[in-house]
Amino acid sequence: MTAIPLRPPRRLVDLTLDGEPVRAPEGSTLLDACRAAGKDVPTLCQGDTLTPKNACRVCVVEVEGARTLAPACSRRVEQGMEVRTDTERARHSRKVVLELLASSTDMSTTPRAAEWIEEYGAEPERFGADAARVDEEPKVDNDLYVRDYDKCILCYKCVDACGEQWQNTFAIAVAGRGFDARISTEHDVPLTDSACVYCGNCIEVCPTGALSFKTEFDMREAGTWDEAAQTETTTVCAYCGVGCNLTLHVQENEIVKVTSPHDNPVTHGNLCIKGRFGYQHVQNHAQNRD
Amino acid sequence: MDLRFGDSKPTDEERAAVDALLGPPESAWEGADDRTDTDLRWARGGREARERRELLLPGLHALNDRVGWISEGGLDYLCRRLTVPPAEGYGVATFYAMFAVKPRPATVVHVCTDLACAAGGSAQVCAELERDVGPAGSAGSGAAWQPSPCLGLCERAPAALAIRAGETPQTAVVAPATAGAVADAASAPHEAAAEPPAAAAVPQACTDGLVLLRRVGVVDPGSLDDYRAHGGYAALRRAFALGPAGVIREVTEAGLVGRGGAAFPTGRKWSATAQQPDHPHYLVCNADESEPGTFKDRVLMEGDPYALIEAMTVAGYATGAHRGYLYLRGEYPRALRRLRTAIDRARSRGFLGKDVMGQGFAFDIEIRRGAGAYICGEETAIFNSIEGQRGEPRSKPPFPVEKGLFGKPTAVNNVETLVNVLPILIEGAPAYARTGTGTSTGTKLFCVSGTVARPGVYELPFGATLRELLELAGPPEALRAVLLGGAAGGFVRPDELDVPLTFEGTRAAGTTLGSGVVLVLDEGVELPRILLRIAEFFRDESCGQCVPCRVGTVRQEEALHRLKDRTGAAAAGDIALLREVGQAMRDASICGLGQTAWNAVESAIDRLGAFK
Repeated sequence: MTAIPLRPPRRLVDLTLDGEPVRAPEGSTLLDACRAAGKDVPTLCQGDTLTPKNACRVCVVEVEGARTLAPACSRRVEQGMEVRTDTERARHSRKVVLELLASSTDMSTTPRAAEWIEEYGAEPERFGADAARVDEEPKVDNDLYVRDYDKCILCYKCVDACGEQWQNTFAIAVAGRGFDARISTEHDVPLTDSACVYCGNCIEVCPTGALSFKTEFDMREAGTWDEAAQTETTTVCAYCGVGCNLTLHVQENEIVKVTSPHDNPVTHGNLCIKGRFGYQHVQNHAQNRD
Repeated sequence: MDLRFGDSKPTDEERAAVDALLGPPESAWEGADDRTDTDLRWARGGREARERRELLLPGLHALNDRVGWISEGGLDYLCRRLTVPPAEGYGVATFYAMFAVKPRPATVVHVCTDLACAAGGSAQVCAELERDVGPAGSAGSGAAWQPSPCLGLCERAPAALAIRAGETPQTAVVAPATAGAVADAASAPHEAAAEPPAAAAVPQACTDGLVLLRRVGVVDPGSLDDYRAHGGYAALRRAFALGPAGVIREVTEAGLVGRGGAAFPTGRKWSATAQQPDHPHYLVCNADESEPGTFKDRVLMEGDPYALIEAMTVAGYATGAHRGYLYLRGEYPRALRRLRTAIDRARSRGFLGKDVMGQGFAFDIEIRRGAGAYICGEETAIFNSIEGQRGEPRSKPPFPVEKGLFGKPTAVNNVETLVNVLPILIEGAPAYARTGTGTSTGTKLFCVSGTVARPGVYELPFGATLRELLELAGPPEALRAVLLGGAAGGFVRPDELDVPLTFEGTRAAGTTLGSGVVLVLDEGVELPRILLRIAEFFRDESCGQCVPCRVGTVRQEEALHRLKDRTGAAAAGDIALLREVGQAMRDASICGLGQTAWNAVESAIDRLGAFK
């Protein structure tokens, strides 16, 4: 049984969403209120275990009286707020933002991106064949995970997970400025020379697949990655006594990656290097040995 | 925090530069070479060290000033001293245009290629430099040159700024610049001709009726006594007589609104800050004047530095702040020198410090030098920059009056706004409010540049028309357009010169006063080229945090490149694209940079018929 921590009761504030009166707990975000009301507001940089940086701007909504659109993921509900989630203006911004992202980065492994691009009628190709792209080669500098910044939308989630929000390792940060800004280690050294401890919590939160297990990266390259054929089994990590939950992703009887349930009160989806990557012994079958 | 540092070691020079700022390291925990026995028993650092993170930017300046660039060893040493993760230190160092993390010569010349300088022939200077010295960034003859955004020397365009690193860094301003003069300044910055006095940028200097500029050219900017002889510190004395609430009342009744571009009522900002229960309160003076075509704050700071010091003290008193940060853009060496001198002298004479003028009010000012980032003029990006983070804007709410610098209530005011407080206190609110119009009270500084006979800073009462301003400056015979409000502003046609220069008047005319830029373009100007420069500027200066601005400014520039030689039907597709991207930038960007990046281009299309 998973323990569900109870929070002290919170005051409810009244607001309207698309003209419908709703009540939301004080301190919750517009996105929380939208989801509670069954509205599907798209978002990329918001994550369930992190404070959103509201950098992607896909979740913008119209707040009555505001000059600009507001990011639903981080704007808090206020008493009497009138919010419109699906206006022409909000839809236009979402469409253009999706076009800007898809025209500059590779969104092929971003869940739901294709669906939203279709829903909002985004046409990333209209900026022309010469439109500037991030154009980064995948950084394969260790055996555990790959950084493919061509897929990076700079949502800052990996930086937050590596830094003060979870891991406190601070191995990566945003370097450079503007379109040239990139997630980078200190002095842009390879991961193996950096402060990285290979917890893989950055992979866990990456919304686009820019960070992935080496296994997944290799299998995608080889064309053998088949998510539909994978099973997921959640178990307890056997390395130490903390009791972290591991979700083993298995394809053809091989573990292909390891995640951790975000609603687990012990780990909130975070693991250490052993739990995340130390699964080889499980499948050290006789036929695999020399 | 579990920090890991690489093997790179600082050179003796780098170590000396950092130690000169921070003092020698006390233990191996913060970078000392030798371990002592106590180092093995106690870990030092922790919170105490982390709270010094705000010294990161001054530390980066120390390294860059000494060596000319920031090496791995130097950066790691600085990070170790401040307990800053090296990846974050690297992220901050690479954010600012004036820093380099790759080796470069000790002397770097920044050649302004922005709007006024472009109109004044900077392209030719660059072409000649390319021929004589080599391409931008290359290290011919021990010095490198690089194109630069606006250096704030628009009245003397084209302009260049040479910076030579060393134990005593040297700077030389060359304006108007020729390739020869730039090369001379690069080889011997200390021998460069002295800059003309600040008053040379004020064509109205020493005439009656000036309020904000009345002392520029009259007072000796280095002398506190001369400042007092010209009415200095009378306003602060009056402030002490009125009390903080009385000062806020005067400022509110005077109708003063912010002159940095946003036109927010100053009295309301001060009152909201003063009322916050959370303490300490901070005051930040925004002197990061980086809007292309703006140089009024520089002229004020160079010509009458004590006025700003006094005005900041008044603002600190009113808002309950005991510490003021003066965030000055890194491209203003003379303003930096003069303000430093003024602050030191004011402090030594009791006008700053623990007991200002014997009134029991403690207030001091610290100068923080920017390092080449337009975005740091955004009020929340300033906080991040001062705190030693990347100069990225924060999302609002919470607003600065509630959670600003170091998470505390903060009032942020532009230089010109602050200096307005002096005449308000001396004359009283009603007298001040009699100048100007009902909702735009007082006088306004305008930075007139481009093709006029007498470029410079002009002070006019609000309500004067653009035509009257241009008459003072000597307009060109064949006027094409006026860019009002800078790169984030809008164009005005020659038949619209009767627009009153007030916040409401320009708004009604579909443009803005912004920071007071009046860039005059004659018929000889290539409008598409100017628009492209504006787009380049925003692409360069976007911090990269949010998608609409980071990618949108790139797409805008690409479309303007395609449009350069196109008109009519051939241009229609790209203009439609610009409108769509512009709308999303305006609606969905985090801060004003992205929200206004399409203003000038839009107004050129709609009001000037660019690409028709």
